Amino acid sequence: MSPDDDFRTQPAVRIVPSSDRALLVVFDDAITAGGARAVRSLTVWLTEEPIDGVVDLHPAYGSVLVASDPSRIALPRLDEALRERLARLQARPGPRARSHTFQVRYGGEDGPDLAEVARLLGLSQGEIVALHTGADYEVRFIGFAPGFPYLAGLPAALATPRREAPRRQVPAGSVAVAGAQAGIYALATPGGWNLLGRTSAVIFDPRRDPPGLLAPGDRVRFVAEGGSP
Amino acid sequence: MSELVVLDAGFLATVQDLGRPGFAFQGVPAAGAADAVALRLGNRLVGNERGTAALELTLTGGAFRCEGDAVLAFAGADPKAESGGSPLAPWTAHRIPSGTTFRCGALIGGARSYLCVRGGLDVPRVLGSASTHLAAGLGGLGGRPLRAGDRLAVASAPLRPPTELRIDPAGIPGYRAGAPFRVVDGVQAAWFDDEARREFFAAAWTVSEACDRMGIRMTGPSLLRRDPRELVTEGVTPGAVQVPGGGTPIVLLVEAPTTGGYPKIACVIAADLARLGQLRPRDRIRFERTTLSAAAAAAEAQEEALAAIGA
Repeated sequence: MSPDDDFRTQPAVRIVPSSDRALLVVFDDAITAGGARAVRSLTVWLTEEPIDGVVDLHPAYGSVLVASDPSRIALPRLDEALRERLARLQARPGPRARSHTFQVRYGGEDGPDLAEVARLLGLSQGEIVALHTGADYEVRFIGFAPGFPYLAGLPAALATPRREAPRRQVPAGSVAVAGAQAGIYALATPGGWNLLGRTSAVIFDPRRDPPGLLAPGDRVRFVAEGGSP
Repeated sequence: MSELVVLDAGFLATVQDLGRPGFAFQGVPAAGAADAVALRLGNRLVGNERGTAALELTLTGGAFRCEGDAVLAFAGADPKAESGGSPLAPWTAHRIPSGTTFRCGALIGGARSYLCVRGGLDVPRVLGSASTHLAAGLGGLGGRPLRAGDRLAVASAPLRPPTELRIDPAGIPGYRAGAPFRVVDGVQAAWFDDEARREFFAAAWTVSEACDRMGIRMTGPSLLRRDPRELVTEGVTPGAVQVPGGGTPIVLLVEAPTTGGYPKIACVIAADLARLGQLRPRDRIRFERTTLSAAAAAAEAQEEALAAIGA
């Protein structure tokens, strides 16, 4: 075990009430690989060996929100149970991380913001596609909407502000960027990220078990379908 | 098998139960009925288990026909339902002969009414729940709002008898309409200056038109932050009062995203969550600060009162 994998050495971890029925375990206030490993390890452990009365886990970049049913576990008791887990928390990689390659149709109707992103960044559309397809991404967590993966690894040169007016409906499979983040709209939902293209892969299917294709730790690459636009 | 036929769905009608907890790690909020107390009481009236699937009627009630004898009850806001000129009062069970048509009007006293049918609405379960998640198009009837012509099968599982009693919702602690919403500090409460925190509790907030199952945007004073830092996205739950950069707070409701990046000044306590689901545009609301131990006592009192009547 490397020192990196022993979270007892992480001094910054804290537990704060998020409400009267949820506690937020914060490993890191910034977006870091160490924070992501700790989040994943705690989430996997609490999934494999649940604390009675915990009804939902909301992992994010550097924190896990642990939601409970107050009629089944009192908040001080949950706090105690989590402290006890944190004192023994070790790296738990969980299910083996998988690699996914998604074929993307960039630009045009499938990527209505590609031209605007290129203009904002002073690059050609081809250069944007080359940057986006040239990077290795890691799924940090699934959040916001069913199946939506938050991906780390976006090249700094592709950082863009999100759209001023969010779209009421973004098509499922839309491949998007906002700030330093990359993601995929798994289902048709409202959204404010910049849409570069679209994949036909089914990211989330409620009839599948598990319904989400992606899991934290998975590696993702994008390739341009039929070459660059 | 008997059926509930939708003749007119009103403003918005969806199938709801107590939601699908356990999938937040996949980005799926638990969601379910926006007013879970009303759903539980309505199901009790007709003799269903507390989380049985029912219709959530929003703002206006629509019109329906029963094909097959039915026992039904309305809980929550009063939809002013009537059948052949006779009113169908809320908070009480009614026996409806096959072929009966009933119509509702504009909802009185709240935003949502639950039409609970003995046996429950029989729709396919998605991730363990019959509830409709509108933003993602999951669950209920094809993941969508109901429309005229829809037919909902009524399940015929063996059940306990419907209650002969009228339920008085005013007897449920935390469920009194018009009371301030009790909150505990949000995770980023300290990011707001004293002035903003004072204003949050002093103001009478107005519920804006931007008000749906995901959240309620409020109008009132701007809540400015002392701490300008950007929040890294973290988990959020219904009841959280988040404050985007403009300073206009949004109270998250049942269908809110599982994670969010806006700082949270407060969170409505569990015992007052159901009432959030009854807020309508132009309602005026206040927030009152409470402690975690008082919140725990309030949740326990509400749960005991519901358990005492078998809801």
